[in-house]
Amino acid sequence: MFEMLLIEGLAIGACYGLFGVAVAIIYKTSDVVNFAQGEMGMMSTFVAYQIMTVYGWPFYIAFPATLIFAIVLGMAIEFCFLRPAKEPTVLGLLILTLGAEMLLMGLAGWKWGAEQKDFPFLLSVHDTIEIFPGFALNEWTIGVFVLTSVVMVLLFLFFRYSKLGIAMRATQQNENAAKIMGIKVERVFSITWGMSSLIGALAAMFFAARSVLDPNFMMEPFMRAFAAAVLGGLTSIPGVVIGGLILGITENFFGYAWPEWKPIVAFVVIILIITVRPSGLFTKHYVKKV
Amino acid sequence: MDMKRDYYEDIELFKSGTVLVWTVIFLLFLFTLPLYLPSYNIYLINIIMVNVILAVGLNILVGYTGQISLGHAGFFAVGAYGTSLIRMHLHFPFLAAIIIAALIAAFLGFIIGLPALRLEGPYLAIATLGFGLTIMHIIGRWEIFGGRMGITAPPLDLGIQNSSLSFVIKGDVQIYYLILIMTILLVIGARNLMKTRVGRAFMSIRDDDIAAEVMGVNLTIFKTMSFAVSAFYAGIAGGLYGFVVSFFDPFSFNLILSIIFLVMVVVGGLGSVLGAIMGAVLITYLQFDLLKNVENLPYLGGLLLAISKQWFTVIGLANFGGIALGLIMIAIVIFEPLGMFGIWIRIKKYWKTWPF
Repeated sequence: MFEMLLIEGLAIGACYGLFGVAVAIIYKTSDVVNFAQGEMGMMSTFVAYQIMTVYGWPFYIAFPATLIFAIVLGMAIEFCFLRPAKEPTVLGLLILTLGAEMLLMGLAGWKWGAEQKDFPFLLSVHDTIEIFPGFALNEWTIGVFVLTSVVMVLLFLFFRYSKLGIAMRATQQNENAAKIMGIKVERVFSITWGMSSLIGALAAMFFAARSVLDPNFMMEPFMRAFAAAVLGGLTSIPGVVIGGLILGITENFFGYAWPEWKPIVAFVVIILIITVRPSGLFTKHYVKKV
Repeated sequence: MDMKRDYYEDIELFKSGTVLVWTVIFLLFLFTLPLYLPSYNIYLINIIMVNVILAVGLNILVGYTGQISLGHAGFFAVGAYGTSLIRMHLHFPFLAAIIIAALIAAFLGFIIGLPALRLEGPYLAIATLGFGLTIMHIIGRWEIFGGRMGITAPPLDLGIQNSSLSFVIKGDVQIYYLILIMTILLVIGARNLMKTRVGRAFMSIRDDDIAAEVMGVNLTIFKTMSFAVSAFYAGIAGGLYGFVVSFFDPFSFNLILSIIFLVMVVVGGLGSVLGAIMGAVLITYLQFDLLKNVENLPYLGGLLLAISKQWFTVIGLANFGGIALGLIMIAIVIFEPLGMFGIWIRIKKYWKTWPF
């Protein structure tokens, strides 16, 4: 029982972590908390659903098509909504992304209606694979672990060694200095949004395979992922994933003990932790100077 | 223009005789409104005024103190449930019940203000968001709150129940007068609060909290006080809301409601009481009237129906309200960060300095 709860908690936590990474990448580069992230993932998942069930194309065509759609969607939102805003405040950015969230949710509701659908995903929660004798995991869990590890390694290499990744880090540290150094800051933002939307769409498809597909289905996972990202400290990508894992395990164990309080236990824990460590567990808290 | 020459000019309620005359005319209009409006519209206006109280309160927190709250639906729910339950079980007079409920909300505001001392930006957003969700789930789980099914508000009794002092208010028109008086009092209260030492402390925290602290503003006291005052307003608004709609369930106080409250303040204009009022009126009107039945709109409705049939679904057209609100939010931040109040200031300036 204990192992079951632990593994399930780790799996769902890894999924939160993966989605939290999508939030963190944008925050890392441009100091924007993207509240529309969940709805961007939701929209991409609906596109995959449309391609597979309405047009009847197989998964291996729908999947790359969806990822391309996700990248375009992320870039489009950055280009249409965030770029024209002149020196917005923190609250202004919050309202912008919340506006994009309501817009996307409304569009999805208009197109696909509010009824819940099953999302035909490659990996199922019900089919198990025996990894070594006596120890079986379901396909979904394996998929999440593999995907999260791969994304983590790729992101680490990307931010550490690639020119673009270094440009992104430079942009985060000082936008003006980065501009002077010849970095096309706007292009960096655009690529960041595309990347984040891509990772968000991947995680959203996993969430959809686990629950059902409707225009609201990403709201709860997004809030959990955001909480996980805040717990880990928003700017540290490994921190975000560890935050997600902690959140997933906590939630699963509390959910087992007191099922009726499962939806809120995560938030109570988060509020307590960020009260003690205001910038999350894994980042240094910088005291603001005048 | 608008130059303040001495302190008394800053604290006076009406800037000039003209403003006084127009305010009196507007108040007379409001007090005689039920004479010329059908009763459905009175219901709409009640909801608008409830939201005005809430927006003015939220504006104290967001616009004047510069904090962020994504959990105001929680305080709103505490007000609504608190007032109804105190009325139902303890049979207190309405005014006592609503003030007790609002004080409970204010206390919760104080509690949530404590972590806010150390948090800012996205961290504060997630803390308040978590608070709102927690309140919603607690209310939805505990039997005493009526559970998921929601509760019906008891009769609105201004006096003591089942005695000669009983004075039951029923019908939209009677509630209208009650809410109108409370709205006027609370709006004047908020306006005057901002002219006091406390209000100036709030604004100094918004402009620069470190500088404010150096100047001798106690951040602990004033930040938590701002949360408490704002939550008090939300509590009062919630209490009135419960009696306006007369039936409510925990899931109407969700995150979307908190977002809509924040949108009212931002669309109206941060840091001005008038702006908050304008934002609340506009957003509530759009949400409850104009965007409720989009297909009945002149010109646009037919076009939208045609678009729905061609590319979308007709049944999903009800979601158009969300699309419109989202676009308004985006447009306000991009084109007019000061909100409707900024537009109003520009118009005023244009006519005052005309023809230059």
